Amino acid sequence: MRSPRHAVVVAASLALAGCEGWQSSLDPKGPHASAIHDLFWFFTAVCALVWALVVLALAWALWRRRGLRPDPLSIQGGRERRLTIVVSTLVALTGVTLIGLTIASYASQRRLFGPQEARLTIRITGHQWWWDAVYEDPDPQRTFSTANEIHVPVNQPVLLKLEASDVIHSLWVPSLAGKQDLIPGRQNLLTIQADRAGVYRGQCAEFCGWQHAHMGFLVVAQPQQDFDAWRNQQIVARAPPDDELRKQGEGVFLSSTCVTCHTVRGAGAGGRVGPDLTHVGGRQYIAAGALRMSAEALAAWIVDPQGVKPGVHMPATPLRPDQVQPLAAYLEGLK
Amino acid sequence: MKTSILHDVSELPTYGFGTRMTMAWGTMAFILIEGTGFAIAAAAYFYLAWLNPEWPLSAAPPGLLWSGLITLLMLVSLWPNQRAKARAEEHNLPAVQLHLLVMSAIGLGLLALRAAEFATLHVKWDANAYGSFVWLLLGLHTTHLATDVIDTIVLTALMFTRHAHGKRFSDVTDNAFYWYFVVASWLPIYFILYWTTRL
Amino acid sequence: MSEASVRPAKDVRDTQLDAAELHARLARTWGSGRGLLAALSTVDHKIIGRRYIVTAFLFLFLAGLSAVAMRLQLARPESALMGPDLYNQLFTMHGTTMMFLFAVPVMEAFAVYLVPLMVGTRNIAFPRLNAFSYYVYVFGGLMLWVAFALNIGPDTGWFAYVPLSGPENSPGKRVDFWAQMITFTEVAALAVSVEIITTVFKQRAPGMTLDRLPLSVWTQLVTAFVVIFAMPAVMLASTMLILDRLVETHFFNPAEGGDALLWQHMFWFFGHPEVYIIFLPATGFVSSIVVTFSRRPMFGYLPMVLSVISVGFLSFGLWVHHMFTAGVPQLGASFFTGASMLIAIPNGVQIFCWIATLWDGKPVFRTPLLFALGFIVIFVIGGLTGVMVASVPIDTQVHDTYFVVAHFHYVLIGGAVFPLLGAVYYWFPKLTGRMMSERLGTWHFWLAFVSFNVAFFPMHILGLQGMPRRVYAYQAEMGWGPLNLLVTIGAAFFFLSFVLFLWNAVTSLRAGAPAGDNPWDAGTLEWATSSPPSPQNFDRIPFVTHREPLWAQRDALTVVAGLAVDHREVLVTSVTEARPDLRETSPAPSIWPFVSAIAVGATFIASIFTPWGVVWGAAPVGVALICWFWPKGAPEDEE
Repeated sequence: MRSPRHAVVVAASLALAGCEGWQSSLDPKGPHASAIHDLFWFFTAVCALVWALVVLALAWALWRRRGLRPDPLSIQGGRERRLTIVVSTLVALTGVTLIGLTIASYASQRRLFGPQEARLTIRITGHQWWWDAVYEDPDPQRTFSTANEIHVPVNQPVLLKLEASDVIHSLWVPSLAGKQDLIPGRQNLLTIQADRAGVYRGQCAEFCGWQHAHMGFLVVAQPQQDFDAWRNQQIVARAPPDDELRKQGEGVFLSSTCVTCHTVRGAGAGGRVGPDLTHVGGRQYIAAGALRMSAEALAAWIVDPQGVKPGVHMPATPLRPDQVQPLAAYLEGLK
Repeated sequence: MKTSILHDVSELPTYGFGTRMTMAWGTMAFILIEGTGFAIAAAAYFYLAWLNPEWPLSAAPPGLLWSGLITLLMLVSLWPNQRAKARAEEHNLPAVQLHLLVMSAIGLGLLALRAAEFATLHVKWDANAYGSFVWLLLGLHTTHLATDVIDTIVLTALMFTRHAHGKRFSDVTDNAFYWYFVVASWLPIYFILYWTTRL
Repeated sequence: MSEASVRPAKDVRDTQLDAAELHARLARTWGSGRGLLAALSTVDHKIIGRRYIVTAFLFLFLAGLSAVAMRLQLARPESALMGPDLYNQLFTMHGTTMMFLFAVPVMEAFAVYLVPLMVGTRNIAFPRLNAFSYYVYVFGGLMLWVAFALNIGPDTGWFAYVPLSGPENSPGKRVDFWAQMITFTEVAALAVSVEIITTVFKQRAPGMTLDRLPLSVWTQLVTAFVVIFAMPAVMLASTMLILDRLVETHFFNPAEGGDALLWQHMFWFFGHPEVYIIFLPATGFVSSIVVTFSRRPMFGYLPMVLSVISVGFLSFGLWVHHMFTAGVPQLGASFFTGASMLIAIPNGVQIFCWIATLWDGKPVFRTPLLFALGFIVIFVIGGLTGVMVASVPIDTQVHDTYFVVAHFHYVLIGGAVFPLLGAVYYWFPKLTGRMMSERLGTWHFWLAFVSFNVAFFPMHILGLQGMPRRVYAYQAEMGWGPLNLLVTIGAAFFFLSFVLFLWNAVTSLRAGAPAGDNPWDAGTLEWATSSPPSPQNFDRIPFVTHREPLWAQRDALTVVAGLAVDHREVLVTSVTEARPDLRETSPAPSIWPFVSAIAVGATFIASIFTPWGVVWGAAPVGVALICWFWPKGAPEDEE
């Protein structure tokens, strides 16, 4: 029995090393994730105790001292009765334990999924393999779209309306809340809330095809005034490019096939198939978390998307070598 | 291992009727399987009917003429079916042959009526999910109907050969038993497809 | 009883012969003959069962290899070993093969082999259907793996959720192969269930009342019923999926009134009972092993039987717990939480009864018992994490993560594969006449037990750290690298443990110690006959007077006489009391089940390419079936 225990110890220490993760249910940063975290450890403690007791009982049953047993059919009535009492008691205790766990689960479920007020609503549509986020507002002028990175105000419940355009996806930001599926033909709701400013990573949790592994997502939680500033900046159209290289890049963008799929508000590009690029340069990642934002990453992605994410629906854009750098610089400058 | 004989089974018969035979249990198990299939298909149908604000989507429910005749003929068939079963238990070969011929004819008639039903449905399987389900439920039942009709015809032929004795009579009762299922499974499907949308 | 009881003149009865001649003549009557045609015509449940077992283990190795390939890919971040195309096919093949081509078939294989022996009859009920079922299963498995070898293997997971598996998002034939494989294997599984139910209800040895039925047979009986109620759902669902893909129906298309979640409901209505279809027979193995090696009858036979039955029932009340994150109404989800918790009670009863039996008995530590004990230690972890995922809030975090991967491998490997391996060590002597090596067996057990935990325990932590399932790659910055490497190392050693097992089986088959009839001094009827059993199983059908007949009658086993010798006759008894009732003839070998399976298989495969395949296929299938059932004039057909 030494080696498995040893393995568990190694596993546990490795686990702790990776625990500071920005995508971990062990490191909750919001009330929902915290509540589930507490419930999880309560269940784990109870279950670990039950397991230990079962294994101890088994060990005792195997190695206790006992007399000879010449005939397998010789059953002692008294012992049989005592065993019946013990086993019945254990079954009853199992029942009580399960009822306790069930009540704890129901209570937590009611708190988590009860009606909640939210002042901010974001409609998120899952696509193969990126996330479209539309910030809803009663004033259509203040509605805008972004992709793969949403900003939310700290300490505010935010309602996410979840939809899907092609196949089923699942939105999961483990540090903030449990996951919820995005299903074509339906709308699901999920409320998230961050208690602390920070960047929390999420990822698609329902298998959705070739690039399911690279369908990442960031939630940037900011203090209210920072969030408001970000939001106001997202609403406006792109600022016209201010240097020669980027001006040239906008020319490349508008004359290439980019515009059939992508929008850059203010530049005259209105494609709706791929992510809205109006402020793409302000995002931390491109290609749904596959690459960190930089002009080089943008260039690599545009020239050979299949090399970065095999199977991705974005086609390689036919460009002359001298067009790539201006285009990448232009996009990177769309802050 | 040493053995000691406790009991002699030489005098037991080699076949009986109904649940005494293994065959009856096989038939019942298959009925259970197929009945479950029907029940799940019906549950799925109601699930979509409940999910969609309008049902039957943009289609009219199927007509009542052919389906009505099918239902009627099915109910009528119960009588010769029961006779075939009872006569088989009496080992009355001529009567069994007669009733099996009648049942074969009824079966073929039902298949013809079902063909007419399919030809006159208002909705195609690829029109919408409602149409898909109409075709699925009717198709499932037609499969069972056709299977038992073929089985009946083969059995009828068999009862006119030299094999028509002994255990074959038990097979006849078994076939009759399955026919009850074909009829019994039709009635709820008939009600679901033709009447729930009208009520 | 009219002409039925009139005895044909040439009918020889076993009362007229001495033991040696009786044995020889029965072996001739029930034998399968030589040559290829005879091999394909055989209806002997032992031969079919053996083939079933070997084939299922072959698929286990294929599925295990695909797991090792996946683990190599995941051993480090952003590995370039394979792309998403191959990886997605691999995990689909792994899950599909393990569930449909290994786990369910292997349990049924054991049922096919063991149940007739354990209830004391000469062949399974509907032996030709049994042969048919095996061939259909083989063709389904072959079709799937040939498709994979041609790089058109399915790639949408063993669950094939729509719309990903639908006509728009999965063009080509990949998903169609998957869906038709379902049809093949479910036809096979349903057929075996019918046989098992009938065999258990009607062909038990006289005196084997229902409360003398071995627990192993009880689990197979309940499993057969669970199969009957669960499998039609997935057959229907996969048929609807094929229709959506092939003839443009709209069952799962929300744009035309269909619904994506309908698939999930139908799939999991089957999929959850599926776990118990695999697990229940395994608990039967454990019961057999625990009783034999504790040297005492099962403590709590009746509670055990009731537990098995209630698990069978409850298994149908759990399916929505696979859909807690799909947006089902909270009240509905709560119901399924309650039901999922409830099923822990009958499973707990079984665990407690096994431990109580061991406590009161005198355990003999042989390899089968080691695996049964390993089962308890591992399975309880899986059961308890099952309680955790039954809680809706916890499930929203761990669903579709490696935590769940860990959970169900603890349940399925711990709960089914460990008992299965124990069962192989336990019944190998009966199947082959030779013992497996005890020394290699002990090594095998410890290697498997340790490496299993190294491979799967860390997955719990990975899931909690945010690693979703079914990803072919992950970035280094996620911090999952070290644990994944550990998992891969564990998986490699776990695979090695199976190589060791194979080695043990092969060498023991050639040179194992001769086993004798009853090497473990067990109490149930399969040990009353020779190892391996002769074609007729028993020269005379036992007359059962006790739950453990071989322990109760050590001097001489009571038997019945009077069955025919020159043609195949089985004793049919009443359902509850097992009173002798009929001497039914049992079908003789026939090539037509094989031919029918080919016709049916060709029809299914053709239907992948055109709906007319069903129409063209109907004629040959019909002809083959009629030939199968048409009497040949042999005495057994005429009785």
